[in-house]
Amino acid sequence: MKIIVCVKRVPDSESRVNAAADRKSIDTQGVKFVLNPYDEFAIEEALRLKEAAGDGSVTVMTLGGDDSKETLRSALAMGADEAVLLKGQTSIDGLGTAEKLAEGIRGREYDLILFGKQAIDDDNLQVPAMVAELLELPCATVVVELQVADGRATAKREVEGGHEVVEFALPGVVAAQKGLNEPRYASLKGIMMAKKKPLEEVDVGDAESRLELIEVTNPPERSAGEIVGEGPEAVPELVRKLREQAKVL
Amino acid sequence: MSTVTAYPTGGQFLLEDTAPADIFTPEDFDETQRMIVDTVREFIGRSVTPHREEFEFGKKVELGKTMLQEAGRAGLLSVDIPEVYGGMGSDKATTMLVTEVIAWSGSFSCWHGAQTGIGTLPIVYFGTKEQKEKYLPKLATGELVSAYALSEPGAGTDALAARTTAVLNAGKTHYLLNGTKQYITNAGLADVFIVFAKVDGENFTAFIVDRDSPGLSIGPEEKKMGIKGSSTCAVILEDAQIPVANVLGEIGRGHVVAFNILNVGRFKLGAGTVGGCKVALEHAVPYVKQRQQFGRPLSDFGLIRAKIADIAARTFVSESMVYRTAGLMDQAIATLDRDAEDFDRQIIDKVEEFTIECSMIKVFATESLALAAEEGLQMLGGYGFCEDYPLEQIYRDERINRIFEGTNEINRMLVPGMILRKALKKELPFFAAAKRVADDLLGPPAFEEAGEPGFLEEEARLVAAMKRSCVAALGFAAQKHGENIKDQQEILSDAADMVMETYACESGLLRALKKASAGGEESARLMADMLTLYIHDAMDRVAIWGRNVLAQSAEGDELRTMMTGLRRLAKHVPVNRARLHDAIAGRVVEAGRYTV
Ligand SMILES: Cc1cc2nc3c(=O)[nH]c(=O)nc-3n(C[C@H](O)[C@H](O)[C@H](O)COP(=O)(O)OP(=O)(O)OC[C@H]3O[C@@H](n4cnc5c(N)ncnc54)[C@H](O)[C@@H]3O)c2cc1C
Repeated sequence: MKIIVCVKRVPDSESRVNAAADRKSIDTQGVKFVLNPYDEFAIEEALRLKEAAGDGSVTVMTLGGDDSKETLRSALAMGADEAVLLKGQTSIDGLGTAEKLAEGIRGREYDLILFGKQAIDDDNLQVPAMVAELLELPCATVVVELQVADGRATAKREVEGGHEVVEFALPGVVAAQKGLNEPRYASLKGIMMAKKKPLEEVDVGDAESRLELIEVTNPPERSAGEIVGEGPEAVPELVRKLREQAKVL
Repeated sequence: MSTVTAYPTGGQFLLEDTAPADIFTPEDFDETQRMIVDTVREFIGRSVTPHREEFEFGKKVELGKTMLQEAGRAGLLSVDIPEVYGGMGSDKATTMLVTEVIAWSGSFSCWHGAQTGIGTLPIVYFGTKEQKEKYLPKLATGELVSAYALSEPGAGTDALAARTTAVLNAGKTHYLLNGTKQYITNAGLADVFIVFAKVDGENFTAFIVDRDSPGLSIGPEEKKMGIKGSSTCAVILEDAQIPVANVLGEIGRGHVVAFNILNVGRFKLGAGTVGGCKVALEHAVPYVKQRQQFGRPLSDFGLIRAKIADIAARTFVSESMVYRTAGLMDQAIATLDRDAEDFDRQIIDKVEEFTIECSMIKVFATESLALAAEEGLQMLGGYGFCEDYPLEQIYRDERINRIFEGTNEINRMLVPGMILRKALKKELPFFAAAKRVADDLLGPPAFEEAGEPGFLEEEARLVAAMKRSCVAALGFAAQKHGENIKDQQEILSDAADMVMETYACESGLLRALKKASAGGEESARLMADMLTLYIHDAMDRVAIWGRNVLAQSAEGDELRTMMTGLRRLAKHVPVNRARLHDAIAGRVVEAGRYTV
């Protein structure tokens, strides 16, 4: 079982992120970057499939700059066998990023390509499906259960109000949803071993963009709450404000 | 083999200047260490925090053993164990970092500390190859839980007064141990105990004692005011049969094991309490941001901001001294030959060179946490007094830190005691320095430079003045009292406080300067503000302690002359504390937690 997992370096959801002064990017000062949380489900699934199969390899791959090596090493510390850094800038346009990843994957041996269903930074939800399309592979997104046997995969997908089960021949692409598994965290041994695992670097150039970024802004400041009054007497005034000011009634 | 040959030894900071670039700081941590921190946090989030209620309040002490095993799987018990025995053989800085972050696990930090520190290190540093092979791999995974049994009902601070005895049996196969060890952390569920006993009632010796040894029994759990999730019991030995192969180190050299291990334990406790200060802020600061009184969040009020800033500043200097010291030890250890057969044993000899620093850190950092717990709780008002809010537990748990691993009193005695011992052994040119400072102080005042001081220049001057005050006061007292100074406990305690404040301030100063030289002065603004806030009052405290030391050592004209010199050193223009409080609290409130 040879599995490729595509991952991304994203700001930690616990870091406070602000628009940069140029309003075209975010201010990275003091922001902690982590492995995209959805990608952790993908890595965990890959490791479990490999462990169940008893042989094979898990390769983690990312498109990004030198900073992304740290992200790759986090994945290696979880247990991935090797890493590939496609050196180039990602794009806000999912297709540009997908093209670079497909280029990096082509020519490699694999049975399965795993992704997190989305990167929590630009929330595009495009790349897994686009990579599948570019490589002419079947694709299942938002997957919460995955079984692989005899060259075929069965994936349970989350759909509005319920689930859907699909089956396809390998190789194929799967995008992981929360709930697929509980990702392991790196042990101290894993962290030390990660330093000795292969990390290949390939120059692929920056991803193209068919979208132009106009502006990045912070959400509007929430104004402070207002105490209308106390007890039943305050109810009429509260209703009035909800109707006229907040316009929610 | 390393090529490094010279490194600063313990206590040297008092007599010499250190370049900022030469100290280790938390800013020097690399990617690996950041990943290790993430792992510790993941472990706590998954294996400890979900059980908080039953563990900390429900008397379910046994949960600690499962937690230890899970920590073992994550590798968190193996940091200090050599690689050949299944460990990581890490440097001291990494050990301290893990210990610091473990503080977020509440009582589990006692389980972890007893296991990885005082329970495992005796075997790492003093064990035979066979003992290491037998125990270390299992201690690394948590398959075995360990404890350190030194204290007895009649021998606490005075540990060498232990009454537990060991007598060789007729067949010369076993020692029979008799006695009671008291207040032993992890004892309730431990599999292995490091027990200290006197062979033939005389020769203090360490033993590795298995729980299933015939004749060993464990007392009931103590009912404690804090760290309620930790196990604390007596260990009772009634003709307990211990194989001769389980003697740890040499017979009659148990004190070497006991004191060296306590020394490391103290250092680790210091790192843990720095973590504790951060935990306290992490709970108190978001609370005061959100809690409104008089129509404003509490975090707007000057007195609340003062508390936040004072805790943050004290945390900053404590943290700086912990990692600076870890760096000093790592530098010293780097001079050793890693392939030497007795490499592990040599490590502890290097660590021993820094007993002064270890005792200082133990006292200073545990008292920093006392401040953080006290003022942190106060920031929550009545809510802080209730179990639903974590400050209540932090406040109770904090108390033990000033008692175990050597009470803060006895550690205070050790600080000047060891400086003077090193001076007598000519390991530190302390007396020559004391004479120089005394001559200076008695001489005419030096010309004072006018003008506005630059970035941290005034603070650097104050650090130099603090050092000179320490050397002058302790040197003078030592000269006046001679041998008898060892019985002048108040002098020793005051001198210890002077030296601790000095080390803390200098460590903070060097760290801020190092940061400024890497990222510019603005990047070190908060560090600089915290240091400025801290050092001005510290200088005054040093002056008061110095005055008391002198007054116990001389009178009349001699005292007056010395006092004039000391006062000259301590002179400084006070700072606007409110402005500093406001600037520091602003940054901490914005972050919602301790930050630099
Ligand atoms: C929860 C808990 C866990 C513990 N875990 C362990 C453990 O794992 N292993 C272990 O071996 N021990 C352990 N201890 C024991 C602990 O180390 C001792 O309690 C401590 O050393 C103090 O000894 P004591 O209680 O006998 O107090 P005492 O020695 O009686 O001291 C009482 C007071 O007198 C002061 N004092 C004593 N001697 C002097 C002096 N010469 N000069 C000035 N003042 C002095 C002390 O500072 C203290 O304030 C633990 C204790 C507790 C409460």
